[in-house]
Amino acid sequence: MPPTFDPRAVRLHVVTGKGGVGKTTVAAALALALARGGRRVLLAEVEGRQGISQTFDVPPLGTSEALLVQDSSGGELWGISVDAKAALLEYLQIFYKLGRAGSALEKVGAIDFATTIAPGVRDVLLIGKVYEAARRTDGPRRGQGRPVWDAVVLDAPPTGRVARFLGVNAEVADIAKVGPIRAQADSITALLTSPETAVHVVTLLEEMPVQETVDAVAELRDGGFGLGMAFVNLVRDPLLDEVSADLLTGTPAADLEPLIKEQLLSVGVKATAPMVRGLLREGFDHLARITLQEEMGAELTATGLPLVALPALVDGVEEGGIGVLAEVLAEAFEAFEGEVRR
Amino acid sequence: MSENLDLDRLIADHSVGVVVCCGSGGVGKTTTAAALGLRAAEAGRRVVVLTIDPARRLAQSLGLVELDNTPRPVAGIDASSGGRLDAMMLDMKRTFDEVVEAHATPEKAAQILANPFYQAVSSSFAGTQEYMAMEKLGQLRAQALREGTWDLIVVDTPPSRSALDFLDAPKRLGSFLDGRFIRLLTAPARAGGRAYLKVFSVGVDLAARTLSKVLGGQMLADVQTFVAALDTMFGGFRERADVTYALLKEPTTAFLVVAAPERDALREATYFIDRLAAESMPLAGLVVNRLARLAAPTLSGPRAGAAAEQLEEAPGAAGLTDALLRLHEDLAVTVSRQHAQVARFAANHPRVPTCMVPASATDIHDLDGLREVGTALGSR
Repeated sequence: MPPTFDPRAVRLHVVTGKGGVGKTTVAAALALALARGGRRVLLAEVEGRQGISQTFDVPPLGTSEALLVQDSSGGELWGISVDAKAALLEYLQIFYKLGRAGSALEKVGAIDFATTIAPGVRDVLLIGKVYEAARRTDGPRRGQGRPVWDAVVLDAPPTGRVARFLGVNAEVADIAKVGPIRAQADSITALLTSPETAVHVVTLLEEMPVQETVDAVAELRDGGFGLGMAFVNLVRDPLLDEVSADLLTGTPAADLEPLIKEQLLSVGVKATAPMVRGLLREGFDHLARITLQEEMGAELTATGLPLVALPALVDGVEEGGIGVLAEVLAEAFEAFEGEVRR
Repeated sequence: MSENLDLDRLIADHSVGVVVCCGSGGVGKTTTAAALGLRAAEAGRRVVVLTIDPARRLAQSLGLVELDNTPRPVAGIDASSGGRLDAMMLDMKRTFDEVVEAHATPEKAAQILANPFYQAVSSSFAGTQEYMAMEKLGQLRAQALREGTWDLIVVDTPPSRSALDFLDAPKRLGSFLDGRFIRLLTAPARAGGRAYLKVFSVGVDLAARTLSKVLGGQMLADVQTFVAALDTMFGGFRERADVTYALLKEPTTAFLVVAAPERDALREATYFIDRLAAESMPLAGLVVNRLARLAAPTLSGPRAGAAAEQLEEAPGAAGLTDALLRLHEDLAVTVSRQHAQVARFAANHPRVPTCMVPASATDIHDLDGLREVGTALGSR
């Protein structure tokens, strides 16, 4: 199968995943990995959950960019919490120079209307702001000079909604047939379906997240969006080698129990029959989990996305856990780049 | 440590007619709702479970193959105590359509259903799912009272962007339909001319013109016809939302906050609990799902680790025993981390009764799996 994307060409990384799989954590780790490679990176969230500020343990982010990490490589990681209302007012200001009218709009509830009720408009505004960041340059005019951000990482809505969220064009097609919102939607779609964008999916090796991942990948593919990698979070390493596993499943418990009890006693563990049975039970549960992981892994492989396994952090994400994940991701990207080059 | 939450007591309390399971995404709300419903049914309650988005195989085990937006009996339950279990999956668009059809004349309903703005709102408006879940709860409750079909309704809530969207959604949709901007937009139609609008507010006119410039004129026209068509049934909408909201505050309702033993999920749970208290909604307690547990609890993690090392050094290495000890050591670390998380939560919420459900080795997708969860939820 040909590589799904070229990591060197990607400037906008969209990270999605089912709720509870660690989407925000992985998006943060990816952004950190890119920044550690010497890049200027913007990490954006669009659901107002302040997940970024919690992950990096900094004060809540506002609607303007804030520096999160300054890396010794010269790379920088900035964060922003994109807000639809602020984006609309800014948008009106830029394109219509609406100072007073902006506040009049606000007063009669028109801004609320457009950002919360009018279907699709909210998404266009949110992703429009991300689009603007990805396209921003440091020259005197739009499109001149160097890009301000080497990479933008978007902590996107969950898998169930992501295709609709990115499909802004279809979303506004029914309601805004002409006008600047429509034009904006067209340029956004052009970026999202170009090789500059990669949509990554975070998942767990569990039934529901894998099912949603498979569905989302199909939907995203239909929408023409560039797919990136599947980040498989909290992968548990098999702790029983093949010989042990075979022994466990192939030997009657009545034969195993005395054997294990004797070995435990030999190293001074006061082994009891319930303790031995408990240890065996833990072994069987672990095997069942590993078997399920393998089944789910096979379903994910069938999507054609390169899989990157992220280890379960025994101590959780606190205490530098993000940095550990960033390292794993950086290595995975490097390896994948090598593969693409070949 | 906080008090134990015993859901068998809740099930036995026939004054409780509605149980709402809420919590952040991916913590096992649907499984908890289904397990509770099954346990209540097998204890003799007549139960209907409203699920939002169940995993495919769990849905199949509940007989949820036909998506017709009505409850269907679940096969395979033990009905010897006189109970029953029905289950359904929410179809939000159809629920919305039914509300429209119930409140408008056939011609008007057809007009609304065909409106592009209605179609967008009913299928993709953030909050519609929450609103329709509450609407469906209201309908099931009315049917239960009218026909005596059920004496307990268990509701799963949508995985919301922010914790209690389902409480806010009815108000939000209500304030949209009731909103000043919408009212003013449609005012000319009702007051008989644009002059009225001019007199009323120059600001609104400016706002409408700007918005139609930005959004395109067609959209505002669609909104106007939509709101005008909806106008007649608007009172009904509001009233129903208010009735459901009031139902949630009654002592016959019980909220279960569901969480996983992880920092983020417990933080969300805190938010839910505070919010329920602020709204005077009756909280039954917290269910912590997926707790890792040791099957050999008498052996400590460090002791297992040390023994494994000794075994490795011993001649004629005992591979399986060694591996089992390492596994046990690893599991013990996870267990103690999770317990620390839950203990921290309990210290900050000493009055919230809590119930722990051990993790199952694989996903739960049959009635036996649900019964096992039910056992953990109850006292036996």
